[in-house]
Order: sequence, then C-alpha cells, then structure tokens
Amino acid sequence: MIDPWAAKLDTYLDGELSSEEMHDLDAHLKNCTDCAAEVLHRVQLKRALKAGGRRFQPRPEFRQRIRQQIAAKPRRSSWRVWAIASAVLATLLLAGVLSSHYRELRSARHETYSEIADLHVSTLASANPVDVLSTDRHTVKPWFQGKLPFTFNLPELQNSDFTLIGGRVTYLGQTPGAHLIFQVRKHQISVFIFQERALDRELDENSSPRKDQSFTLQTWSESGLRYFVIGDASSGDIEKLADLLKAAGKS
Amino acid sequence: MTAATFEELAMPLFDQLYNFAHWLTRDPSEAEDLVQETYTKALRGFPSFQPGSNFRAWMYRILRNTFLTSRTGLAASATVPLDEEDDTSMPVAVGTPETLLIERAHEELLQGALGELPLPYREVILLNEVEEMSYQEIAETLSIPIGTVMSRLSRARKALREILLKKLKRK
Repeated sequence: MIDPWAAKLDTYLDGELSSEEMHDLDAHLKNCTDCAAEVLHRVQLKRALKAGGRRFQPRPEFRQRIRQQIAAKPRRSSWRVWAIASAVLATLLLAGVLSSHYRELRSARHETYSEIADLHVSTLASANPVDVLSTDRHTVKPWFQGKLPFTFNLPELQNSDFTLIGGRVTYLGQTPGAHLIFQVRKHQISVFIFQERALDRELDENSSPRKDQSFTLQTWSESGLRYFVIGDASSGDIEKLADLLKAAGKS
Repeated sequence: MTAATFEELAMPLFDQLYNFAHWLTRDPSEAEDLVQETYTKALRGFPSFQPGSNFRAWMYRILRNTFLTSRTGLAASATVPLDEEDDTSMPVAVGTPETLLIERAHEELLQGALGELPLPYREVILLNEVEEMSYQEIAETLSIPIGTVMSRLSRARKALREILLKKLKRK
C-alpha cells in the first residue's frame, strides 16, 4: 500500500510543497489516519533532530580569537585619539546616511516586487488574461513588434515542463513591457520584461528565487532588459524557467 | 563594504558554523581549525561577495569546500558512492523509531546515529533539520540542483531511520 501522499509528507513538513499542494495535503490529513500518524512520527523525529543536532558549543576563547582576527585593526598611539575620534564620527555619519539610503533602496525594491505581484494576480483574475493566445513562441514574439520599443528572445520549451500560454503588453511605472504567461503543471507563471533604463529602479543584479506573500519571485538584468519571473509554483520551477529565459536571452 | 560589515554578518553564524564543522570533522580541534580557515577565507573573499545573495549559504559553502579538501574531508567523501538519479519518491517507513525518541534518554542514540551517517547524508540532514535551510539554500550551499537535494534528503532520512531501528533493536 503505497499512498501517493505518503511520498510527499517530508516535503510537506519541510514547507516546500507549492501552496496548492500544501492545501490539498492539509485536507487529506484530516481524513487519512495513516498519513496523520506518519506526520506525527516525522514531526517527532524532526524535533528530536533539531535538538540533538545542536550539540557542539565553541569555546569562548576560540570565539574571542576569531572575533579579533576578523576585526583586526592596526594599533595606534594615544596622541592620535582625537584624529581617530573624528574619523569614527565621520564614519558613523556616513554609515547613518548609507543605511538610510539602503533602507530606501530596500523599500523601493519591495514596492516594485509588490507591483509585479499585483500585475500577475490582476491579469490571472481577468477573463482575458492574454491578448495573443498561442503556445508558439514564433507567433507570440512577432506580435509584440511595434508595440514595444525593444525586442527579446523566447526559449524553446519542447522537452521541458513549461508551456507558453500567451502574452500581452503591460506597464510598470509608465514604462511599457511584455507580460508573458507560462504554465507548469497547474501553475501559471508570469514573466515580465522591461527596459532596464526606462524602469530606472535599483534592483538586484541577479536574485535567486525569493518567497514573498506565498509568491516566488526571481529577477535579473540581461542585455539592458529587466526580467521578473513570478508565480505560486515551487522555487525550483521558477528558477528553471528563469534559466531557460536567461539562456534564450544570451543566444 | 567594510570589515565591520563582514563582522556583523559573520559573527552571528559563529556557533552554528562551529557546530556544523564539529559534525563534519567529528573532532573539536579540527573543527576549530576548519572554522578559523573558513573565516580567514571568507574575510579575504568578502569584497567579491555579491550583496543581495545568500550570505549564510556562502559561508557554509566555504566551510564545506575547505573541509572537503582537508585530509579528513577527502577520506570521508571518498568512502561513499552516491546513487543519485533524481527520483524524489520517499521511501515508505520501515517502522516508527520516532515515537521512542520522545524520551530525552534517546537523544544520545540519535546523535550516535547522526554521527554514523555517511558524510553526504549527514550534512544534508544537518542543513535541513538543524540549520533549517530551505531546499534552495541547501542547493546553493552544496552546489547541487534542487532535485538532487530532495532525493539526497530522502535517502538520508531513510538511512537514518534504518540506523535508528538497528540501534533500538540492540537495546
């Protein structure tokens, strides 16, 4: 008796199933006592491992040694104290300015990611999510001609789990871009492409997939174009699609 | 980036890295050498660290690569041939050793079993269960695809259960 659910229990407990599968398995556990008992056992093992695995403590002297090693600064004589004090003050000021600058950057980034998530959700909620409906990249790409001030390459999807659903023109911060929808298993993934220069936002050069409000998002910049890949698929799938796009962008 | 930033990022990881190093080397003084070398290399390589990428995975990767090129690491990694097609099917439990582990007295037993696991299994279990890394982070740390993380993890869990069962029967 091999339960198809039993195979997913560990991934479930690691919190690595897609939200849809999580939901289904939650529902299944309410009805299947075998699986529920199995989950209980595994949770116990997990807990025991977590406690038992934190076993070795470093010696305090060793910690001190490493701390000194990485904070190593040349010694200075006492008459320079004032010079150092003012340098420290200047550094603190600079650090303050930098950190607030960094905070602003981060919140601007976060805002962009929320906007991307909004675009993704509102499009999927629409009755007509795409304006060009085709699984053929040779149909979808030319459709954007004359609609966008740039062009891009779409990956060959044969032999992959992904299918192209179609595309539409979209806007982010008054900049036109391409919105493509792909499907992997039952998940729809949006790919957004904009001109980096027109977007004029400080974003990660090349991010790994990150979770935000249950969406996984990955972004990067390639040949002047800014790509976003977002969806509720697993981060593995998001990354796979990102790799396909990156490879196509380079060719 | 200044040295202060490196210290701020790296020192909070000190205890975990030491614990991990101890599990890999299974010897306190070798663990100290390994951690020291890791911090030296990381400090040197810090200017090339990509801000925004995962610092923790980066540190663990340095530690692990340093370990693998050490004498103990070479010996440990040479002993186990890994069978790794990317099937992610989980083995069905052979028994339920877990229930017995609720008792605190069995903690030693579990630690013993963890120590007996072949290196590739031990490290993936530690990263997942103790460090609570996501599959993505583990993939970055071990420089392997996510599919391999999943299949290795499921094999590691199976191996751990088998060792535990054996130990419990012997008792």
